[in-house]
Amino acid sequence: MSALFEARGITKRFGGLTALHGVDFSLDAGIASIIGPNGAGKTTLFNIFTGLYGADEGAVTFRGHALLGLRPDRITALGICRTFQNIRLFANMTAFENVLVGMHARVSLGLLDVLVRGPRFRHTEGVLHARASALLERVGLLRQANEVARNLPYGDQRRLEIARALASEPSLLLLDEPTAGMTGGEAGSLMGLLRALVADLGLAVILIEHNMRVVMEVSDRVTVLDHGERIAEGSPQEVQADTRVIEAYLGTRHSGGLRRRRAER
Amino acid sequence: MIQTALAIGGVGLSAWAVATFPRSVLVFLLFQASLVFVYLARIPRWLRAGLLALALLVLMPLLGHFNGYYLEVATQVGIFVALALGLNIVVGLAGLLDLGYVAFFAVGAYSWAIFGSPHANLIFGGGFPLAAGWFYLFLLVGLLIGAGTGILLGLPVLRLRGDYLAIVTLGFGEVIRVLANNLDKPINITNGPKGITPIARPPVPFEVPYAEAFYFLVLLIAATVVLVNRWLEDSHIGRAWEAIREDELAAQAMGVPLVRTKLLAFACGASFAGIMGVVFAAKQVFISPESFTFLESIGVLAMVILGGMGSIPGAIVGATVVTVLNLQVLKGFSLWLNELKNAGVVVLGYNLADLPTQLEPAKYERMIFGAILVLMMIFRPQGIFPVRRRARELGER
Repeated sequence: MSALFEARGITKRFGGLTALHGVDFSLDAGIASIIGPNGAGKTTLFNIFTGLYGADEGAVTFRGHALLGLRPDRITALGICRTFQNIRLFANMTAFENVLVGMHARVSLGLLDVLVRGPRFRHTEGVLHARASALLERVGLLRQANEVARNLPYGDQRRLEIARALASEPSLLLLDEPTAGMTGGEAGSLMGLLRALVADLGLAVILIEHNMRVVMEVSDRVTVLDHGERIAEGSPQEVQADTRVIEAYLGTRHSGGLRRRRAER
Repeated sequence: MIQTALAIGGVGLSAWAVATFPRSVLVFLLFQASLVFVYLARIPRWLRAGLLALALLVLMPLLGHFNGYYLEVATQVGIFVALALGLNIVVGLAGLLDLGYVAFFAVGAYSWAIFGSPHANLIFGGGFPLAAGWFYLFLLVGLLIGAGTGILLGLPVLRLRGDYLAIVTLGFGEVIRVLANNLDKPINITNGPKGITPIARPPVPFEVPYAEAFYFLVLLIAATVVLVNRWLEDSHIGRAWEAIREDELAAQAMGVPLVRTKLLAFACGASFAGIMGVVFAAKQVFISPESFTFLESIGVLAMVILGGMGSIPGAIVGATVVTVLNLQVLKGFSLWLNELKNAGVVVLGYNLADLPTQLEPAKYERMIFGAILVLMMIFRPQGIFPVRRRARELGER
C-alpha cells in the first residue's frame, strides 16, 4: 500500500540555481517536519506540493492522484492546504470572512443558487457559518471573529491562517514556520493545538520549523534539507545524532559558517 | 424619535420646496440630501424603506412635472448607478482595474440601436426595425452580449495584474469605440461617426409619458442591480472576489479557482453595462461613438472611487454625486456666471462683461470636477461611503 503523500526525486531550478535536487519525501500519518538552514529549499518544496510552482523533475502523489501540473485550487480541493511563512491573510476582510473563503472548495453552489437565494443557498450558508464559528473557537479566535484580519495581533494572525487552512477540510496540512515570531509559551500552546488536531481529525501535518525544541517535541519524522538536497531523514533522535545534520547547522572548520551563509543569499 | 421626525420632515419639506421653486438647483440638491439622511438616520427599517420608496416612486415623478429636467437627471443617475455598481464588482470587489468599462455599455447600446432602427436593413436587406416590443427581449440580449464581451475581454488579460491590466482594458475600450467609428464599410454595421437614428422606443403601458416610463424602467433595473450586487457580495462568490483582490496567490491556495472567478467578475460587471446600454439607446433615440469615449469610462471609475471602492451605497452615492455635479451643479454654476456676465455686473470695480472669452465659466466645468476629485483623494481617500465590514451574528443565522 502506498503512502498518503509521496514525493519522488523533486528537482527545481531557478535559472542557473538548483533550489531542489532530487528530493524524496513521504508521509503516512502524524506530523513530519522539514528542517534546514535558510535557503535550503523548504518553502520551495511547499510551493511545489501546493501547485504554486511546477517542478523540473520528479513526481508527487497524494492518495494516488498525481499532483504536479494541477492548479493550486484543485490541489486544495483534493485535501491539501497550507499556511504561509510570511502571513498572507486577506487583510481587509474579517477573521470570519477569511475562514469562509477557506471553505470555497467545499461550496457546491453555483451562480444561479446565489441569484435565486433559495432554501439550498440559505442552508449551505448556514452550515458554512456554523463551521466557521466552530473553527474560530477551536483556534481560540471566536471573540475576534468580526475583527479585520489586518488589526489582529501577530500570534492571532498565525492562528487565523491555520483556521483558514483547516476550513478547506484538508487531510494534509502544510504549515510554513507557524511559530515564527511567537513567544515560547505561544509556540507551546500552538503545538498543543496541532497535536489535538492530529488526534481528533486524523490530520497529517508537514511542518517547516526553525524552533528545534518544537520540532523535536512534536514531530514523528524529521527530514533535513541543505542546499536543496535531503541530507537526513528519520526520527527526531536519529536526526539529532546525524553528523551531516550537525555539519549543515554548525558548519565545519573547512567551510566556515560565515561563508556558507553568504553563499545562500 | 427626533431623527424620525427629521427624516419625514426633511423629505416632505424639500419635496415641497422643489415644487415651489422648480428652477432652483440648490433646492433639488436639498431633496437629494434628505434622501441620504433617510438612509443614514436611526429609524426603523420599514420607515426607511417606505420613505425611500415614496421619494423615488411618487415624489420624484411628481417633481418631474414641475421641472422636466429633474426627471432626466434622475434617469441619468439611475443609468450611472447601474454602471457604477457593475464596475464596482470588477474594480471594487475583485480588484481588477478596468479602464475600458464603457465598451460594454457601447456593445449593449449598439445591439438595440442596430436592430431597433431601420439601419439593420442595410445589413440584412429588409424587415427592420424590429417591432418596439422586442426592446424588452433585447434587455436580455444586452445582458448576455455584455457578459459575453466581458468574458471575451477577460480571457486574454487574466494573467495581467494592476497597471498592465489597466492598460489592456483601456486599449479594449478604445478598440470598441474605434470599431464603432469605422465599421461603416465595407458593410455598414455601425454607420460610423454619423451614428444611428431613429432607434425605436419600447411600447409603454397605460400611456405613461416617455420621460416617466424611462425613469421607472431605469429605476427598476437599477434596483435589481443593487439587489443582485448585495446577493453576490454576501455569498461565496463575492467573498472569493474580495479574496482575489486582497491576495491572489493566497486565494488560489485556499481553493478559489482564479480563472473562473475573475471571468465571472468581468461577466457580471459587463452584463449590467450591457443591459443599461440597451435602455440608453432607446432613451436617446440616437447614439454615436461620441457617447462611449474614454472619458466616460473614467467618469464611471471616478464614481466608484469617489463613493468608496467595493461599497454598494458608495457606488450609488458616487454615481449620483458625479452625475448631478456634471449635469446640474457645474452647468448651473456656469449659467449663473454667464448671467452675471451678460448683465454686466461689477465686482470689485471690474466689469464682468469685459471678461475675455477664454475665461468663460462653461470651460471650467472639467477643471472644477478635477479639483473636487483631487481634494477628495487627499482628504477622504476611502471615499464617501467606505465599506463597512458587516458584523456577523455568530453560530446561527
